[in-house]
Amino acid sequence: MSQNTLYDKIWEDHFVVDREDGSTLMYIDRHLVHEVTSPQAFDGLRENNLTPRQINTIIATPDHNVPTTERSKDIDGIQDPISKLQVVTLNDNCDEFGINQFKLNDERQGIVHVIGPEQGITLPGMTIVCGDSHTSTHGAFGSLAMGIGTSEVEHVLATQCLVSQKQKNMLIEIVGKLQNGVTAKDITMFIIGRIGTAGGTGHVIEYSGEAIENLSMEGRMTLCNMAIEAGARAGMVAPDDKTFDYVSDKPFAPKGKDLEEAINYWKTLKSDPNASFDKIHTFDAEDILPQVTWGTSPEMVTHIDDSIPEIKGNNKALISALDYMGLKPGTKIKDIELDQIFIGSCTNSRIEDLRAASKILDGNKISKNIKRAIVVPGSGLVKKQAESEGLDEIFKSAGFEWRDAGCSMCLGMNPDQLKEFERCASTSNRNFEGRQGFKGRTHLVSPIMAAAASLEGKFMDVREL
Amino acid sequence: MKNSNLYSGEFACLEKANVDTDQIIPKQFLKSISKTGLGPYLFDAWRFIDEGYLGKNLSDRKINPDFILNKPLYSQINVLIADDNFGCGSSREHAVWALKDFGINVVIASSFGDIFFNNCFKNGVLAIKISQEQINEIFFQQNNNSQKQIEIDLINQNIKIPNIKLIDFEIDDFRKNCLLEGLDDIGFSLKYETEISNYENKLKQSRPWVLNE
Repeated sequence: MSQNTLYDKIWEDHFVVDREDGSTLMYIDRHLVHEVTSPQAFDGLRENNLTPRQINTIIATPDHNVPTTERSKDIDGIQDPISKLQVVTLNDNCDEFGINQFKLNDERQGIVHVIGPEQGITLPGMTIVCGDSHTSTHGAFGSLAMGIGTSEVEHVLATQCLVSQKQKNMLIEIVGKLQNGVTAKDITMFIIGRIGTAGGTGHVIEYSGEAIENLSMEGRMTLCNMAIEAGARAGMVAPDDKTFDYVSDKPFAPKGKDLEEAINYWKTLKSDPNASFDKIHTFDAEDILPQVTWGTSPEMVTHIDDSIPEIKGNNKALISALDYMGLKPGTKIKDIELDQIFIGSCTNSRIEDLRAASKILDGNKISKNIKRAIVVPGSGLVKKQAESEGLDEIFKSAGFEWRDAGCSMCLGMNPDQLKEFERCASTSNRNFEGRQGFKGRTHLVSPIMAAAASLEGKFMDVREL
Repeated sequence: MKNSNLYSGEFACLEKANVDTDQIIPKQFLKSISKTGLGPYLFDAWRFIDEGYLGKNLSDRKINPDFILNKPLYSQINVLIADDNFGCGSSREHAVWALKDFGINVVIASSFGDIFFNNCFKNGVLAIKISQEQINEIFFQQNNNSQKQIEIDLINQNIKIPNIKLIDFEIDDFRKNCLLEGLDDIGFSLKYETEISNYENKLKQSRPWVLNE
């Protein structure tokens, strides 16, 4: 019998036809839509007199542009008229085509990559697309989840298929157990540091090994979220009992006999013992320490005990990154002083992230040199859950602002931005130039490292708390 | 819209690895609900010293004279030659719309972000992968001999730059034809309506929870 990887199996189960130009039509099970990358796709449908093919596979929500304050004003709370138009356009398009949308005032509204799993829209073995590169998040469920461009959004709406080419298989194994204070975020950042931001280009990454199996579903989402930062359009973890338990009681998940049937199928979704991978990387969990990025690319990362690298020769990339970041070679990570703290984003805004960060903050106050610290829950429901556990009070007492759900300062399309030269410890996924605000400086960390940094006013080793 | 087989014109080199799509078109311009009009904001934070926003007038902008695309020598370029991993990061197709609107219809690099690479072809922009050694040689020719003339032959898959040996490149047939024929991608896929319907009929049996009917 042939030996297949998890990716091979999902690919095969979604194969529709080879087009005569040599590409393949792959069937798409779920399509997540948000306000930024969809307006031009809906225009395209109208121009060509087309309609979405499978309306029940689509879910929409506004997340990128939305304010994280004054939510009671609904859409009128959006100050920027251009942002507002984009959110209104999503409403209009969803109404016109009959697409199910969690609107701004719906408690289920949130970051697309948080609400998919939260609602059971994301299920194992599915192909999932969204006009957003962090769609890789959903691979945590053993689904094939990929970010697509707007032309592809239009194509999937019209045909329920994606024009695809088979990618290569990459396996990343993390053997052994993680140290205390080391999280899924540290694993994913560590991997990017080792293989580089182009290391996974052209591949689908499957993560495996004891450290990955031990991660919670939310941890696996954090891990897969940043597969794209390693260059891979999709990252995935084979589903197991933890996965089945997680999805079973979700509103959109199959029920009763359907669920049993689904679980029987989902159990087949793992790489065969002798499946072959084009590339394999193996890392020891014990070698992973709390990670902090220091540059303008996620691969410019090191651990908390380290220093900014020395410049050797004419390393233009390093010189320009350090110049942008306002950092000197040899500076200890622990000596980097911060202005802002951001806990949120599709990487780290779920309930476990908030619980872990609040535990560090409980009974403490943020440092005086922190100008602003904000927590942005990933969805209205995450916010509600956190409040029912009293986490909001812990954050507020410590000096954090407690906000409403959205992408917020991960990319600053809404008013939550860094000012020029402000330095932020952020639980998001990209430290690109200008990402969090014009000339803003981003350091990526885990939620507990961000919380610890907020107390110290600079980076500290969360393991010492 | 069919593309011609031959592209000729002038190129500029962007000597920086890992140029992400946030740099090609910063986030504030993604608020546009149109595909056009993004050219003035291409590489906004690098081309200009002041912070840009949608609708900001070019005459009000402070131009960064050091940025390659602002140098008078390169004011007419239609080909961009970039370093490794060009277009990594965000899936925003706005990056390609901005390049195209600016007048760039060919991008050459040793590797590309996967989503950006796809987005290029969906918009009639030719993205070509060649080796880093070849890229470095082109950088050298531009830096030392101000070389900027280029000719690209898509059918025969080669790049002609004076003083450099003819560079052959690989390209998938379907992407090549997509450009040459100016394919309507959706129309082409819809020709497979029978296959898609057959798949859906099977799907209703094999994984009935998918279509939520």
